Amino acid sequence: MIQVKISFQLNGDAVTAEVPDHTTLLEMLREEFELLGVKEGCGHGECGSCTVLVDQKSVNSCLMLAAYVNGRTVQTIEGLAGAQGRLDPLQEAFVKHGAVQCGFCTPGMIMSAKALLAENPNPSRDEIRWGMAGNLCRCTGYVKIVDAVESVCKGGCSCGEGS
Amino acid sequence: MKGFTYHEPNSIGDAVNLLNDNGARASLIAGGTDLVIKMKQGKSEPEHVISLQSIPGINEIKYSGEELRIGSMVTHRAIEQSKIIRDKFSLLADAVDNLGSVQVRNLATIGGNICNGAPSADTVGPLMALDAVLLFEGPEGERSIPITEFFHGPGKTAQAANEILKEIVIHDLPPGSCSRYIKYTRRKAMDLPLLGIALVLVSDGAEDVCKEARIGLTLAAPTPIRATKTEEYVAGKPLRSSAMWDEAGNIAVNESSPRTSFRTTSAYRKKIIQALLPRAAFEAIRRLSEQQRKG
Ligand SMILES: Cc1cc2nc3c(=O)[nH]c(=O)nc-3n(C[C@H](O)[C@H](O)[C@H](O)COP(=O)(O)OP(=O)(O)OC[C@H]3O[C@@H](n4cnc5c(N)ncnc54)[C@H](O)[C@@H]3O)c2cc1C
Ligand code: FES
Ligand code: FES
Repeated sequence: MIQVKISFQLNGDAVTAEVPDHTTLLEMLREEFELLGVKEGCGHGECGSCTVLVDQKSVNSCLMLAAYVNGRTVQTIEGLAGAQGRLDPLQEAFVKHGAVQCGFCTPGMIMSAKALLAENPNPSRDEIRWGMAGNLCRCTGYVKIVDAVESVCKGGCSCGEGS
Repeated sequence: MKGFTYHEPNSIGDAVNLLNDNGARASLIAGGTDLVIKMKQGKSEPEHVISLQSIPGINEIKYSGEELRIGSMVTHRAIEQSKIIRDKFSLLADAVDNLGSVQVRNLATIGGNICNGAPSADTVGPLMALDAVLLFEGPEGERSIPITEFFHGPGKTAQAANEILKEIVIHDLPPGSCSRYIKYTRRKAMDLPLLGIALVLVSDGAEDVCKEARIGLTLAAPTPIRATKTEEYVAGKPLRSSAMWDEAGNIAVNESSPRTSFRTTSAYRKKIIQALLPRAAFEAIRRLSEQQRKG
């Protein structure tokens, strides 16, 4: 089988993998690196559960060939927490607002929200809905997800109720 | 997905050679948002996949004041965020604002949207109305094809198997121009159009007469079309007359031949054309009024 060698930055570490040419980024992240927070829902770009950041931009890892990330940086939900496992403000907000039910969509939701807030630190509710239109949730009805994202304001502080 | 050999050439010449050497067994990949799905579904099984991502010079948006040049590898997201496109070619910004999701737009390219040849491609109607010219590179060198002559049928285009789209060239619009693209969908987001209407109108300013109209319709016929009879009717007429635009809608219906597909029927597509053409026109004209107010 033909193998392609891929070197890239993964959650802050320089890594290398050798995978068959037709491997998707999603398959490589889950199977080679055991990053199981990257979920496969539809496999066709519709649901967003496989969302990761490549060079800071949110993408569907199910649609991307692994070879594409050679020389680039990749961030998954596993790379979000800080020192000693301190949760990212977005993760905290999801917990606090009850924006997680079964949790399958959550890593993709949070990575999309991360990219959205990096570009637009104070989005309106409408901008949040548009910016996250590529992430489906079958459980929550979205209201609490939008609440959670809205509560995380400029500078990364969580300024929702109770904080 | 079936196995293949992945190539990532560093020049357009190398990419053309790879494509030429491997013929029908090779496929180009840009963002992969169409191709990867086709490969997963077994609808496309190339033995060689040639990525365009490391080829220099084809992922920029350049505006000279006379023309706009968009590299084929420019993503929909880059178009969405381009100030010059939003200010001067707003119908193209309309096309990408609601194309897939942010994640899809970060990957998907304008070149892939055109070359995939899907009747639903959102950038195509606007590019038809802008009279865009497609610049290809092949074994014999460069070739340019007006986009109005590019589409021969669903999935069928004038592109030869060994040609690569490099750039899309658009002439600047005359003063007094305004534009709008409306994508008619069943859902607000993440949906393909049932019909697309793109229009560029040129006002003569003082008299408020429409000097020129260019109307691109997608899904109104087996291929994207220019509504030339409607354009002829509108030229020279009062720009802001709703009776005139209602009649233009009737003419556009008569010169289109939409298909019935699993998405919707031909009859319904005709109703959409009739209702949407005047709406698109008045939204374009509103943009013109705003520009004029701003001076
Ligand atoms: C969830 C989802 C939603 C979508 N929603 C929309 C939508 O709303 N509107 C819409 O129009 N599309 C939509 N699409 C389709 C797709 O994203 C677009 O058509 C996109 O622009 C394709 O670009 P790409 O770079 O991903 O193409 P690829 O998949 O890389 O390529 C597509 C085809 O074009 C050929 N090709 C690519 N670049 C070149 C080139 N430079 N020269 C010659 N041939 C080339 C490839 O060989 C291939 O056959 C959607 C897709 C997904 C997955
Ligand atoms: S698994 Fe990638 S979008 Fe659904
Ligand atoms: S929490 Fe179950 S899919 Fe979103």
